[in-house]
Amino acid sequence: MAQGPYSEKVMDHFMHPRNMGEIEEPSGVGEVGNPACGDVMRLYLKIENGTIIDAKFKTFGCGAAIASSSMTTELIKGKSIDEALAISNVAVAEALGGLPPAKQHCSVLAEEALRAALEDYKKKQQAGG
Amino acid sequence: MRPYFSEFFGNPSSILIEEGAEPRKAMDEARLKVSRLINAETDEVIFTGSATESNNLAIKGLALANRNRGNRILFSDIEHYSIMHQADSLKSLGFEVDYVRVDPYGLIDMEDLEKKATPGTLLASIMQANLEIGTIEPVREIGLFLKSRGILFHSDGAGAVGQVPVDVKALSVDSMTVSAHQFYGPKGAAALYLKKGVPLRPVVQGGYQETGYRAGTENVPAIVGLGEASRLAGEEMTGRVERLTALGRRLWEGIEQKIDYLHFTGHPTLRLPGHVSFWIEFVEGESLLLWLNLNGIASASGSACASNVLAADETGLKASHVLTAVGVPPEICHGSIAFSLGPENTEAEVDFTLSTLPGIVEKLREMSPLYLKARGGT
Repeated sequence: MAQGPYSEKVMDHFMHPRNMGEIEEPSGVGEVGNPACGDVMRLYLKIENGTIIDAKFKTFGCGAAIASSSMTTELIKGKSIDEALAISNVAVAEALGGLPPAKQHCSVLAEEALRAALEDYKKKQQAGG
Repeated sequence: MRPYFSEFFGNPSSILIEEGAEPRKAMDEARLKVSRLINAETDEVIFTGSATESNNLAIKGLALANRNRGNRILFSDIEHYSIMHQADSLKSLGFEVDYVRVDPYGLIDMEDLEKKATPGTLLASIMQANLEIGTIEPVREIGLFLKSRGILFHSDGAGAVGQVPVDVKALSVDSMTVSAHQFYGPKGAAALYLKKGVPLRPVVQGGYQETGYRAGTENVPAIVGLGEASRLAGEEMTGRVERLTALGRRLWEGIEQKIDYLHFTGHPTLRLPGHVSFWIEFVEGESLLLWLNLNGIASASGSACASNVLAADETGLKASHVLTAVGVPPEICHGSIAFSLGPENTEAEVDFTLSTLPGIVEKLREMSPLYLKARGGT
């Protein structure tokens, strides 16, 4: 059910976060945010043959931050890297049925976490040859 | 309250009309009840529409009417926004605003107050009790000191009046805010105590209601409710304080026992009865508040996210000034929670909270990358 300014979808993902946890030996990890701002998001990716086959997250933050993390993992699973890179914060917010104006930054953070994780993956690829 | 919406709908200012008589009488009675609660005279009670309005009337009204005393105004670092946010307009009116520090318990730093109470200081505003951290200030000591320096003293009593005994004469305040809904009265009614003889300029100008201090037609039903809440609070004060202190203790001790990485805020004993506030490491306040709420437990959070969730944009997302003032690191302000128990709360509800809270904390910590790091992970 919706609660306060949060949509039903946001509350659903807040109460039942999808893909919460860690991935052992991830292909890429991205951590963004700052505890002073109240949000820290860490995204783990498992990538095989250019496809994201698994995604998990750990987030310290408000309801919108947790829901945005959870939704992002759902949106990117099974997607190619290019498809994932095309996912914007607006898409995350839309998939959640909208976020309150003061919480838009949570979806931005999710997009940044995704980009950071993919960046980490590329670095690892290059380092590994 | 109810008859004053319909049966006695007359305007109390309609002096010569019969319909005005009953509402006028009701307001007189309410004024008497409020004055008894705080040991004031009836003509020292001005009704307003909210505690915010009372604080605005007091600060701007006293400042403007007493310019001959100086142009310096002191606020404590933990005043409510309805005081704090007046600073800009006071400055534009030519006043200087300075701030008095509090110690880590939220108690006024008397040395800092003495240092800042320089000649030319006309007014100081220091609250009685802070609703975010529960601390009750040594208002009497502050009042006597300010009096000795000839500085006017406004005290925001919104958090204290009706919760703990408050005696304006003993406290030596010149003005004090009273808020009805903080002690189970209705929203839309509040009062300002103004000591007899202290000059005050009205802020809301117009007719002659409230002896000219607050123009505008009175919210008679709400004022009747404020009066009745004052009567009940006065009559039940001793029992309420005793019961809420014990319930608060039970919650405090239970939380202390069950949750690690937890830090209480405010003073351990000089605090509002039934008020328990704390912050928990690696747990964000809004998430905690939402989960508590999903379990039927209402609380408040000092988290910027929670308190400003309805803000139009993100500029308001700052850690609470109260928590920052008592030295809580900003990243941790996001994990602060306050419970304030009332006469309706039971031991069983406290125990339910104690049995629910640890599971929520564990769930949120398990999700937190910060907790992972603190536990030696990467």
